[in-house]
Amino acid sequence: MKLRLPYLLLLPAVLYLVFFIGYPLVQALYLAFTQNGHFTLDNVRRTIGDPYFWQALKYTIALAVVIIPIQLFLALILAVVMNRTFKGKDLALYALIIPLTISDVAGGLIWYTMLTDAGFLNKLLLNLGLITQPIHFFGYEYRNMEFLAIVIEELWRATAIVFVIILAGLQMISKEYLEAAEVFGADYWTRMRKIVIPLLKPSIQSALIIRTLFAMQVFGVVWILAGRDIPVLAGEGFYQLTFIKDYGVASIYALTIAALSILLGAMYVKFLKAEYLEVRT
Amino acid sequence: MNDKTRFMLKKLLLYSFLFTVVVWIVLPIIVSILYAFSSKLDYYDPQKVIPTHYTTQWVKTLLFTLGAWDGIKNSVIVAILTIIISFSLGIPAGYAIAKFIFPGKDTIKLSIIALRMFPIPVMAIPLVVLYIKLNLIDTLLGVALAHTAMALPFVVLITSSIFAGVSKELEEAAMVFGVTRLGAFFRITLPLALPGLAAAAMFTFVMSWNEVFVASILTLKNRTLPAQILSIMAGSSGGAAPPYYKFAAAFIMTLPAMIFIFFARKYLVSMWGITLK
Repeated sequence: MKLRLPYLLLLPAVLYLVFFIGYPLVQALYLAFTQNGHFTLDNVRRTIGDPYFWQALKYTIALAVVIIPIQLFLALILAVVMNRTFKGKDLALYALIIPLTISDVAGGLIWYTMLTDAGFLNKLLLNLGLITQPIHFFGYEYRNMEFLAIVIEELWRATAIVFVIILAGLQMISKEYLEAAEVFGADYWTRMRKIVIPLLKPSIQSALIIRTLFAMQVFGVVWILAGRDIPVLAGEGFYQLTFIKDYGVASIYALTIAALSILLGAMYVKFLKAEYLEVRT
Repeated sequence: MNDKTRFMLKKLLLYSFLFTVVVWIVLPIIVSILYAFSSKLDYYDPQKVIPTHYTTQWVKTLLFTLGAWDGIKNSVIVAILTIIISFSLGIPAGYAIAKFIFPGKDTIKLSIIALRMFPIPVMAIPLVVLYIKLNLIDTLLGVALAHTAMALPFVVLITSSIFAGVSKELEEAAMVFGVTRLGAFFRITLPLALPGLAAAAMFTFVMSWNEVFVASILTLKNRTLPAQILSIMAGSSGGAAPPYYKFAAAFIMTLPAMIFIFFARKYLVSMWGITLK
């Protein structure tokens, strides 16, 4: 009895998760590759014949490639700065984690306020005399600016999660290592390179995986700021399902996101090789 | 340059960098709140960077004419259902991970950690078919069940880190005096874990409150707030919604989440399997 108790306690949660993750995957495969009970590649053909699919794939990856390195860089600097003690640290910390509470839809709307033609930024620059015409961020003909707006919003909203994970990792590095290195004459950059960064690797890896996988499912902010001007995988899946009612094609979008997530997750684990999957309490 | 000026210069650099970042984060929030209450004339006046005349008209119209109030009610119901279901499943699991040692524990823990990252669209799209069969489509319970799947890994991780923080000795002492394990849990561990659990509930609330993809796909009439907002003002189709409604929507969506996280900020990080000291 005593031995079985923990399993019994875990069972409901595990079963629930297995069902809600296993069932959709099986169902998605079924929807994607069968028609009237027969195996078919019709849906695949329809998906890859649609230029939107390739656009969506391109933009989803392009957004991740542009956004994530900047986020990592910013988060690293911020974490190093916030790891010191100084006046007003608590307040700054709260300000830095506020974006964690803001949904991508709300983030999109907030940045729409900032960037739209009569928005804050344009009015400010006009009044300062820096521009004579408002900078247009929205509309199909300004797609590159829409892309930029999404990048700005994601940097603003989603850098916090990278920062929090790296800061937590930084705080776990024992001060004694650093002091020892200092005694032996290592300067600031040497200590950074030889001690901090290597010990921080698991946190960096964890942050990168989380951010990358979330980037593969980017939806709300894109839908708010650009609609289908900038197609992304989750957005096209949503569109196919709710507007076209094509379950097969929508499922292929879902499976594409799943495959990309697994592939990228595996790549990070392989190339950054670390023991990040430990709960640290 | 002597050491003292160098030190001061470094300090200045540090503060100005932090100040810039904090302004960059806080300013858009303040601006969007001001614009949410700006009068139409002020908004279209190119001279007025900061509006001076305010009105609650946009927020009111959004709430009572465009259906955001119903959205809020639905969102609250979904979030509360999600908290109830995910806690009743997650608390036992979190307790098991925190207090027992058993074969396979690490594997289970690792899988749960990995599941935090499970892509929601992958779950939501095929789920529609099942929901139509089960008559769960367009119901708040249906959304809550899906949100539970999303929140459960977090609930297990947070509760296990909370229970791990409650000393084992207290529980064992009670058991020595003849209280059963269940009794010890309800009379000792649970009350001590209560503040942490309250924080976990707030996170679950915010997660469900903010989630838009699942809610948009699984509902049509009974929309939660983000789904409602998305359907009114999405880029291409809903570009017609006047901008001040968008600002008002941002305000309505952001406020509750920010307040909740303010109270629960201490626990923010154990959500990601790590604790900030």
